[in-house]
Amino acid sequence: MSEHSTYTPGSGIEKWLDERLPIIRFSKEHLMDFPTPKNLNYWWTFGAILVMCLGIQIVTGVILAMHYTPNIGMAFDSVEHIRRDVNGGRMIQSFHAVGASMFFAAVYIHIFRGMYFGSYKAPREILWILGVLIFLLMMATAFMGYVLPWGQMSGWAATVITNIFAAIPIVGTPLLELLRGGFSVGNPTLNRFFSLHYLLPFVIAAVVALHIWALHVPGNNNPIGVDVKDTKRDTLPFHPYYTMKDAFGMVLFLIPFAWFAFFAPDILGHPDNYIQFNSQVTPAHIVPEWYFLPFYAILRAIDFNLLFIDSKLLGVIFFGGSILILFFLPWLDTSKVRSGNFRPMFKWFYWLFVVNFVALTYLGAQPAEGIYVILSKICTAYYFIHFIVILPVLGRIETPRPLPTSISESVLGKAH
Amino acid sequence: MNPDASTLALASIEFDLGAIEEGQSVTILWRGLPVFVRHRTQAEIDEAKAVPMSDLKDPATDESRTKEGHEQWLIMIANCTHLGCIPVGESGEFDGWACPCHGSQFDTAGRIRKGPAPTNLVVPPYEFISDTLVQIG
Ligand code: HEM
Ligand code: FES
Repeated sequence: MSEHSTYTPGSGIEKWLDERLPIIRFSKEHLMDFPTPKNLNYWWTFGAILVMCLGIQIVTGVILAMHYTPNIGMAFDSVEHIRRDVNGGRMIQSFHAVGASMFFAAVYIHIFRGMYFGSYKAPREILWILGVLIFLLMMATAFMGYVLPWGQMSGWAATVITNIFAAIPIVGTPLLELLRGGFSVGNPTLNRFFSLHYLLPFVIAAVVALHIWALHVPGNNNPIGVDVKDTKRDTLPFHPYYTMKDAFGMVLFLIPFAWFAFFAPDILGHPDNYIQFNSQVTPAHIVPEWYFLPFYAILRAIDFNLLFIDSKLLGVIFFGGSILILFFLPWLDTSKVRSGNFRPMFKWFYWLFVVNFVALTYLGAQPAEGIYVILSKICTAYYFIHFIVILPVLGRIETPRPLPTSISESVLGKAH
Repeated sequence: MNPDASTLALASIEFDLGAIEEGQSVTILWRGLPVFVRHRTQAEIDEAKAVPMSDLKDPATDESRTKEGHEQWLIMIANCTHLGCIPVGESGEFDGWACPCHGSQFDTAGRIRKGPAPTNLVVPPYEFISDTLVQIG
């Protein structure tokens, strides 16, 4: 939104720079003066919190990589060495491992915020799609990072996840061998995962830049979902109003983060990962990291063949579909009203979807037997029904509540 | 980035069954893959033979999964045909194997009976060189 530029180079050197690389002008426009709706609540601080999370992962990760050895004979011990011997290593390692969980907690909040307030709707479809892409890249990165300590959970996660690709017809087996660099998970697998685990966060950073670019074209959505009409009345400059709000949100977020890292660094992990990987024995209770549980429950729920598709491929289709369907959300939701606050029926279905998602998380952690299998199937079916049936239909049958005429009216009441 | 020659070189191995008592299993490595070698009891063989084909998701007779004259020996790649975990032996509802990862269950002939795995545990290509010596691969 360059028309809001108020930058006038102060000194001769700034003027000289501005004519060659207008980086100060750019920063002032996008990081300071950017007009931001004045009614944003704390759910809107999670974008900034996520940037902080990525920063923490990259800084702690680069330091870990200085002490870590990507070799199946030494990887496990090198992580233990980091935790025990390297100066400050205990904290660097726990901030990185806990950081991955906090990163996902923040991204789930960020995604569900977008779903409630309709932030994926026109003109923000590309912004949303880039977000889903970041989510996919994060999953790949976290999965490959989890393999690096080469514990039992690491090795079996690597085995199961690479096998998912083998379900794809025709290219499956060659693809599996390419991912693993062999017939089974071994040293070549660990080496390529380390290489990619180092690379992907920087790819994420690049997609985040596009994500923010796509945000700064239409500007932020807001809790009432009504477009900015009058920049003067409806918005505030990003700095200092939102830099402060975001900074405060970050501090609050760092409290549980620090609690986990300092006092319970292993509480989110699994004891089995402190046993070195043994390709001949699978631990009795295999569960992925908590942030993958809902999708894991969906994968497991499919234990039946359908027509010519076997249960393995079908499970993989549902598993992949549960994430890929998010790409189509902007077109599945047919309602013109963005914010859930003004959609009486959507609101209920939204919370039902949240409960269903939490239920899938719970079910993913339970053994695949008895009632859990049946419930997983019901919740999996509901997950898809929400997107494919409920959202398209709601937009047609629901009568939304009247929208405020402007952001400033919703904040200050009607003008006198 | 595909498997190199040093990986491919381990394609075939020989294994001596002599020390495995009836009712015992061992897990050996072939091409980096774990392989179950089970010395089945008569009860297990009978149980496998009694299963009607119509009960099976991936129908196969017990005979087709063993070598004639060596029916007590069941040799199979240990990785679950779902996503590759190692099922636990002598467990589950069918007295065969139960997979800890997503709950697949196999019978005493290693055939899939329940859960997301689509097919029976895979019998690798192998031959008896003598009564106790097998060559796998
Ligand atoms: C998107 C950002 C990232 C995520 C979500 C992530 C996630 C993870 C996870 C879950 C682990 C396993 C931790 C454990 O159980 O101990 C891990 C390990 C590791 N990561 Fe990352 N990571 C990220 C960025 C990075 C970066 C940028 C680097 C290096 C440049 C890096 C280097 C490492 C190393 C060396 C390990 C193995 C040591 C260990 O297990 O603590 N990571 N990562
Ligand atoms: S790997 Fe055995 S059931 Fe999934």
